[in-house]
Amino acid sequence: MTVEELREVAEKETARQAEYRHRITCCSAAGCASCGGTAVHDALAKAIKARNLEKEVELAGTGCMGLCGEGPLVRIAGDGTLYQRVDAAVAERIIEEHIAQGKKVEENLVDTSDPFFSSQVKIVLENCGSTDSEKIDDYIAAGGYEALAKAVTEMQPAEVVEEVRKSGLRGRGGAGYPTGLKWGIVRKAQGEQKYVVCNADEGDPGAFMDRSVLEGDPHRVLEGMAIGGYATGASQGFIYVRAEYPLAIERLRLAIKQAERAGLLGNRIFDSQFNFRIDIRIGAGAFVCGEETALIRSIEGKRGRPRPRPPYPSEKGLWGAPTLINNVETFANIAPIIRKGSGWFAAIGTPKSAGTKVFALAGKIRNTGLIEVPMGIPLRRIIFDIGGGTPEGTTFKAAQTGGPSGGCIPAESLDLPVDYESLATVGSIMGSGGLIVMDSTSNMVDVAKYFMDFCVDESCGKCVPCRVGTVHIHGLLEKISEGRGTTDDLALLEELCQMVKDTSLCGLGQSAPNPVLSTLRFFRHEYTELLHAPEGYVPAGTANEKSTTQ
Amino acid sequence: MAILTLTINGEHVSGKDDESLLAIAQQHGIRIPTLCHLDGLSDVGACRLCLVEIEGSPKLFPACTTRPQEGMAVSTDTERLRRYRRIIIEFLASEGNHQCAVCVVNNHCELQNLSYETRLTHVSVPYLYPKKELDASHENFIIDRNRCILCTRCVRVCHEVEGAHTWDIAGRGIACEIISDLNQPWGTSESCTSCGKCVLVCPTGALIEKGEAVAEMEKKTDFLRYIVNARRKREWVNVDSDEE
Repeated sequence: MTVEELREVAEKETARQAEYRHRITCCSAAGCASCGGTAVHDALAKAIKARNLEKEVELAGTGCMGLCGEGPLVRIAGDGTLYQRVDAAVAERIIEEHIAQGKKVEENLVDTSDPFFSSQVKIVLENCGSTDSEKIDDYIAAGGYEALAKAVTEMQPAEVVEEVRKSGLRGRGGAGYPTGLKWGIVRKAQGEQKYVVCNADEGDPGAFMDRSVLEGDPHRVLEGMAIGGYATGASQGFIYVRAEYPLAIERLRLAIKQAERAGLLGNRIFDSQFNFRIDIRIGAGAFVCGEETALIRSIEGKRGRPRPRPPYPSEKGLWGAPTLINNVETFANIAPIIRKGSGWFAAIGTPKSAGTKVFALAGKIRNTGLIEVPMGIPLRRIIFDIGGGTPEGTTFKAAQTGGPSGGCIPAESLDLPVDYESLATVGSIMGSGGLIVMDSTSNMVDVAKYFMDFCVDESCGKCVPCRVGTVHIHGLLEKISEGRGTTDDLALLEELCQMVKDTSLCGLGQSAPNPVLSTLRFFRHEYTELLHAPEGYVPAGTANEKSTTQ
Repeated sequence: MAILTLTINGEHVSGKDDESLLAIAQQHGIRIPTLCHLDGLSDVGACRLCLVEIEGSPKLFPACTTRPQEGMAVSTDTERLRRYRRIIIEFLASEGNHQCAVCVVNNHCELQNLSYETRLTHVSVPYLYPKKELDASHENFIIDRNRCILCTRCVRVCHEVEGAHTWDIAGRGIACEIISDLNQPWGTSESCTSCGKCVLVCPTGALIEKGEAVAEMEKKTDFLRYIVNARRKREWVNVDSDEE
C-alpha cells in the first residue's frame, strides 16, 4: 500500500459512513459483553432489519466507552446520546423511538455533561467507543496508519526517536522510564536482528486498561509497534498477551491479518525498505511474566523466571538481541505523537510527566470504569468528579494505585497531583493504571493481606526472599488480622518487609511488601488495634511509660 | 578487556571488566558468602547471599552477576548485609525440613556452615514443615526434597556440563520443586546418565549417594573446575571457546 492508497481507503470509508443517516455504536469490549452486550448488539441488528433501516442506520461494535459499571452501553453517534444498562427490550425501543421517531429513551439516558466525561482527555482511548474494533478501514478513516506512513516515508529513524524523546512520553507499564531514551538505546545497540516486544501481560488485580485498548483499538498498538520497529531497526515484533484475554487475542489476530493483507505489516511497507512482522505469543498465567526479563524467557519458550539486570533487554534481550519492550499503552501513544507532533503531546500533563494516563477505576466508587486523564490532575478530581465519590453513607479512606506493587494514598493526600514523582513521595507508584478506591468500610490490614496473598501465589520461586519471605509476611498478617499478633510480630513484620524489598531479585519481589509498608505508614493504628498483648505483658523499652499510664 | 581499579571494604583491588565482583573479591581473599554460585556453572543470582552495597546506590547488588566499574566502592560486610544474610538462612531453614543431627552430610553441609558463619542462633519465623517427597528410585542416588534449598546447582550442572538436562523446576513460589524428566521417578529417567555430578554439587543433603550413613558423606566440587578448565583449554574436546 502506498500513502495515496491509504488516503483513498480513508476517503472511501468516510464517504461510505456518510451515506448512513445514523451510526449506532455498541460497546463490544469484555466489560459490556460480560453483562449481555452481545445480545444487545444482536437485538439492535434485528430491530434495524425488522424496520428495513439497514440502508439508513449503521451498527458498529466498538471499544470501551468508559462507564463499565453501567453497561451495556449504546451510543448514537450523530447527537452523542449515550444509553446505559441497555437490554434487548431497550434496544428495541432505541430503534423504534429514538431512530424512527426522534424521541430519546429517557429512562436509560446517561448525562454526558457529567464531569465523568468532561474531565477526561482522550488520546489512547480516542477511538474507543467510536470506531469499529474489527474494521481496519474504520481505523484508517479515523487517521490510522497515517503516523506510520509519515514516519516511514518522511522521517529518518533517528528523527522518530528524537520526536518520541521530545514528547516526554514515559513508560506506561509503571516504572515511567523515558520512552525516547529507551528507543535511542535500542537504535544504537549493535545487532543484525533486533526485536520489538509489546508487553500485554496485564496482571494487576482490578486493572483492565491494556485489555480495553487491545479489544477496542488493536490497530493503534500495531501501528505504534511498527513505528518502534522502524525507529530502532527491528523487523520482527511480538505481542505477549495473557491467555486470560481471549477477546483481545481474537481482535489482535484479526487486526494483524487485516494489516498484513493491506500491506501495512510485512515487506516493503509504504514501498520503502522497511519490513516488519508482528506475531502473538500467549502467556500461560504467570504474573511474573509481566516482568521484562521473565517475559523474554517466556517468549523464548523457557520457564518464565526473571534474571538480574544489567544487561538490560535494550542491549541483550530476546535471544540475546537488542530488544525494545514497551507496554500496550506506551505503544498506543506513539501514533498520535508522530501524527500531531511532540510539542502537542508535551503540552498535555505536567513538564515531567507528559500526556495522559488511563486508569481502571474500581472498588468502592460510584462510577466504575475506564478513564483517561491528563497527568498531574489532582487525585480528588479523579475520585470525586470523575468517579462520583464513594457509595452513599460512606467516606473515602484511601486509594490504591499500582496493584500489588503499589501503595495506598490516604485522604490527607487527596490533593496530590497524579504524576510519577508525586505518587512516589507518598510511597506509592503510578503503576500500570489500576486504581482501587477504599471507603470507611474497608479494613486496611485485610487489604495488605489480600495483596500479599496474591504475591505468595505469583512468586516464581527463584530467589529466596520473595519465595519464602512473602509466605512469612502473609503468615504474620494473618496472625495479626485474627487478633493473635503481638508487638513483636509487628516489629518482625516490618523487618521482613524491608528485607524482602531490599534483597529480592526482580521488581515483583522488591515491590511485594509495598502494600504492607504503605498501609503501616498511614493506617498503623489499624494494625496496633488488632494486636493482642498477653496478660501483664509489657513491650520492651516501654516499661516506664506503661506503668505510669495504667 | 580492561583492568579496572576499585575498592572493596576500603581496600584497593584490581580486576578485569568481564569478571564478577565476586571473582575479584575471591582473588583478593575477601570472603563473600554464596550458595547458588559455584565456580564452573553459570550464575543466576538467586540465593541473594552475595548481595553487596555499592557507594552511591541505595540498592543492593548480587556480587556474582555484577560487573566492576572504575572507581567503584564496594562494601561486602556491613551490619545491614549481615542481618539480611542471617534472615536468608532463617528463611531457608524454615522452608524445608532440615534435621542436621540425622543428615547424611552433617558437618559437611554448606547450609549448616553458612548458619554458623551468619551466627544463626535461632529461627525467628515459624517453620513451614512442608510435605515433600523423597525419591530413592535411582540405583545409586537419592533425592530428598525435604533438604532441597532450590539453588538449582543440579539443574545447571546437568544442563551445562553433563548436557543431559534431566533436572528442572516444577511449580512456582513456595511450591517449587526439583523434578527429573517430566516429573517421573528418577530411576525411570531416560535422560539421566547416572554421572552423579548433581549429587556432588548439591550444597545440602538433598542429593546423596545410597549407602552413606549419618555425617558420612562429603561433597567434592573440585571436579567441576577440572572439567571446565579442560574444556576452555580444549584439552579433549572443542567446546565453543575463543581462547587458545
